Amino acid sequence: MLRATLKSLLARKLRLILSGLAVVLGVMFVAGAFVVTDTLGRSFDGLFADAYSTTDVGVTAVPKAAVDDVDGEEVPTPLPAVTLDKIKSIPGVRVATGLSEADGARVIGSDGKVLTSVGPPRMGTAWTGEDGLLQLRQGRGPTADDEIAVNAAVAKAAGIKLGDRVGVLTLEPKKEFTLVGVWGYSGDRDSLGGVQEVAFTEPVAQKLMLGRTGILSSIRVQAAAGVTPEQLRDDVAAALGSGYKVRTGEQMAQDNAAGLKEGLSFVNQILLGFAGVALFVGVFLILNTFSIIVAQRTRELALMRALGAGRRQVITSVMVEAVVIGLLASILGLAAGVGVGALLTKLFDTFAGGGLQLAPVGVPLAAVISSFTVGLVVTVVAAVLPALRASRIAPIAAMQDVATPDRPLTAISVTGGAVTAAGAAALGTGLFADAGSADLWLILGGVLVTFIGVALLTPLISRPVISVLGRLFSWSLPGRLGRLNSARNPRRTAITAAALMVGIALVTGVTVVMDSAKSSLRAEAARVLKAEIIISGDQNGPRPPTYDPAVVTSAATIPGVRAAAALWNDQVSIDGAQTWVDATDDLPQLATAFGAGQQAPLRDDQIVVSRPEATERGWRTGSQVTIQASRGDPRTYTVAAVFAEDALPGSIIMPAAATKDFGITQPILGFVRLDQGTTVDAVLPQIKTLLADSPEVSATDANAFVEQQVSTFDTIITMIQVLLALAILIAVLGVINTLALSVLERTRELGLLRAVGLGRAQTMRMITVEAVVISVFGALLGVVVGAGLGTAVTRALENDGITELVLPWSRMATYLLLAALVGVIAAVIPAIRAARLNILGAIAHD
Amino acid sequence: MTPTTTGEAIAARADEVWKVYGSGEARVVALRGVSASFGQGRFTAIMGPSGSGKSTLMHCLAGLDTVDRGSVHIGGTQVSGLGDKALTRLRRDRVGFIFQQFNLLPTLSAAENIRLPLDIAGRKPDPQWWDVVIDTVGLRDRLSHRPSQLSGGQQQRVACARALVARPDVIFADEPTGNLDSRSGAEVLSFLRASVREHRQTIVMVTHDPVAASYADRVVFLADGEIVDELHDPTAETVLDTMKRLDTYGEPVMI
Repeated sequence: MLRATLKSLLARKLRLILSGLAVVLGVMFVAGAFVVTDTLGRSFDGLFADAYSTTDVGVTAVPKAAVDDVDGEEVPTPLPAVTLDKIKSIPGVRVATGLSEADGARVIGSDGKVLTSVGPPRMGTAWTGEDGLLQLRQGRGPTADDEIAVNAAVAKAAGIKLGDRVGVLTLEPKKEFTLVGVWGYSGDRDSLGGVQEVAFTEPVAQKLMLGRTGILSSIRVQAAAGVTPEQLRDDVAAALGSGYKVRTGEQMAQDNAAGLKEGLSFVNQILLGFAGVALFVGVFLILNTFSIIVAQRTRELALMRALGAGRRQVITSVMVEAVVIGLLASILGLAAGVGVGALLTKLFDTFAGGGLQLAPVGVPLAAVISSFTVGLVVTVVAAVLPALRASRIAPIAAMQDVATPDRPLTAISVTGGAVTAAGAAALGTGLFADAGSADLWLILGGVLVTFIGVALLTPLISRPVISVLGRLFSWSLPGRLGRLNSARNPRRTAITAAALMVGIALVTGVTVVMDSAKSSLRAEAARVLKAEIIISGDQNGPRPPTYDPAVVTSAATIPGVRAAAALWNDQVSIDGAQTWVDATDDLPQLATAFGAGQQAPLRDDQIVVSRPEATERGWRTGSQVTIQASRGDPRTYTVAAVFAEDALPGSIIMPAAATKDFGITQPILGFVRLDQGTTVDAVLPQIKTLLADSPEVSATDANAFVEQQVSTFDTIITMIQVLLALAILIAVLGVINTLALSVLERTRELGLLRAVGLGRAQTMRMITVEAVVISVFGALLGVVVGAGLGTAVTRALENDGITELVLPWSRMATYLLLAALVGVIAAVIPAIRAARLNILGAIAHD
Repeated sequence: MTPTTTGEAIAARADEVWKVYGSGEARVVALRGVSASFGQGRFTAIMGPSGSGKSTLMHCLAGLDTVDRGSVHIGGTQVSGLGDKALTRLRRDRVGFIFQQFNLLPTLSAAENIRLPLDIAGRKPDPQWWDVVIDTVGLRDRLSHRPSQLSGGQQQRVACARALVARPDVIFADEPTGNLDSRSGAEVLSFLRASVREHRQTIVMVTHDPVAASYADRVVFLADGEIVDELHDPTAETVLDTMKRLDTYGEPVMI
């Protein structure tokens, strides 16, 4: 029995390759995700092990306002300089070095643009001299207050050389320095992990990076001979007492690497999302292939039954095929995944500045295990139904010459209806009922179950829809024959179309939500934003672009300007919880810029809050609120006023005085409202001139600003469309598969048609119409289901600000056209095969 | 032996046709220089034991198979050497086919199946001739049925109607009654003969059934790829006699 199974497996290589490919793709993404995470993780480990190779023990302060890793930048809580002297006196300490460094030193390149970073920090440090790791390549370290040295990565990216005057943005606005040195790292590295570094003299670094002199960001300690780092750590910790974090260099390296690795989980999730879609669609494809194989082998299987094979043996025979395909696909997918992983790792490195010394690509055991598990489970699960059906073939079928009879669709449709209802219910509960953390799973599960339900309903829907759709192509006889053929086996057509449906439904759904969000944002901006000119910049790293607040003060004096206000934004800690707050230098002007009516100026100890925020926290005018910003000590503020929701930006607005303790001490947005009768063109150039020393931002009119904001949604749509491309690729495989099998099944029919005079071109057109009808049907289902899902999600988000519902008609039409094209492409090979058919052989074909 | 039909126009003709399959050990000579003419408006049966080459001869005549040597003509057109496009057009416009089984498209109704060659060509059937054909095969009340709703005999009559409706130069029938019971077979054969008698249709039929052959005007006997005998105005008895004689003439072959 086993040998017979394997023989028949080999006889259908092409079909197996086609159905296996979907699994290969899915497994590829799973394995790729693991390989990327593993390789980059090890690279980070190596990087930080290097960076802390000269540190035996590191001392930092316990942070005052812990900023969560995703949204904000950790601002080092400074240590008083006296701590250094204390440490130096501890026995066992050979050298203790005070460091004054923080993220946020942005170098302006020779082209006048700020060097951007997509991930690695832009550190400003105090020059501490060369060591085994850090090596000067040119010049010397900075000795005067207006001198800097940079690492070679910065020098290359900025295009600057010794002697140049270089602008640097720090906690303070642009300042110019003379470049006196360029350094690199051992092993001829330009940087460690792509980090951009600028070194000042110590007092300058403290002032510009930490906010004032006389404080340190951390202290690096090296142990005397014979003292282990652990011993030293315990000694230092004991000597300093509480309020300090004392770690060995090894611990610090691990902690830092762990933080970065957490960020990697994002990459991981995207790849696993791709894998999920590929495998979900792949299940349809495999299910279909096995159903067809079983149908074609009916007589063979019945003969086996007649010769005494048991039901279980028939099931085993089909399942063995599935296992073999699953295994092969897993092996190929794993191999491809290692390739993709290596490629993505390289890309990541290039993208992040190329400074990462990549660890050799490895294949973690987890990748191997998950690849085989996923590949096998998906294939075997998809083969269960066909296997059961095969086992029900009666031995008598071997003697009868019956094609598989068209089974009634009642059972499948009732099941489909029930499953769709269950999915919709889960989705509804997740979206509209407040189920807490279960929400996301309810939504995801609901979408998945809905897809399966609709797929089960598809055979029923296919009859009327295909009949209508097909008429579009029925003007000629080949078209009519193609249409009739596509309606011939509703189950097969349905499952092929369903594979296409999934991808198109996903992308349509996301597009509906995104377009609705865009439209809502536009409407909201039109309603709230009264300022005609906005100062803002593109954020393409963890730190937002900032500018000199003096620009706004000057802008307010330009004739024709009615109001100009700057807006800061940062995370603070209130009652121990992280909250985003805003700050402004001039509340009355901000209120005017937003058309919010009169607001009294904010004193340095006052804040204003929005009504929903006040209600939630139980604050009233006059309430006392203690706020801990990123630096400094907690301060108490009085609620000066409560403003109507959306009247002003954000929900808590602090005075500009508070921003000196912010992690980001400069404003990120500016609003300028003009007098009536003053045109944007009259004022904009003057504001642009004022921004000459703030190259991270630019001034635009309000429309351009809003469009820039909504373009984020377009980025998401583009990303989702990549996913669509993948799903479509797999669906094309499905259409090819179905058509190839149809051609094979109808060999005699094709022979007859050719014998009575159907030309080759006509034959090809017939097959193409069949493919196009199936694909467009799938796309139509996808667009409808996707629009439904998108509408549901949009409605559920109504309270979160997505008030408008926009159906992307042109995009949906594009997807339908795309599907037609997919059909044409998928038909090429089967059509050529059909046209080349040997007529005599076809007629004699059994 | 070169059977000819005197004094009549020729609908199809084979001249010194050779057909060889395979090579070396597996080499089989299916036709050894066969020459035969099929007169217009005549009903000719080709008979012979299995492997005698009778089906191969028909396939070569109909342009379904190529010849290795010699030539085939349908009407005035030389079939051997035509490209796929010309062959397709020839089959569509000038040749009709009736096969033993699987003669119809299951997705089309009886009427659509009958019209198929005309629809492929984009032509409209001549209404008068359509009525004549439909009445001849007696299917008027079954025209909207699908093949699966028709009996085997009815299906074969639809196939005959399809071959007739395009008024081809010649109809090739390959064991048209092989899958039918004797009553349905007799019906089919009767109107094949009627279409020859009344409408001067040319039919070439391959069969191994002496009764079926007796409906023809003439029977050509093949054995081992050569024409070995022929009968005019045959009856079932004379055909059977000839076949018995040929059995002893060649190798013993089961019929």
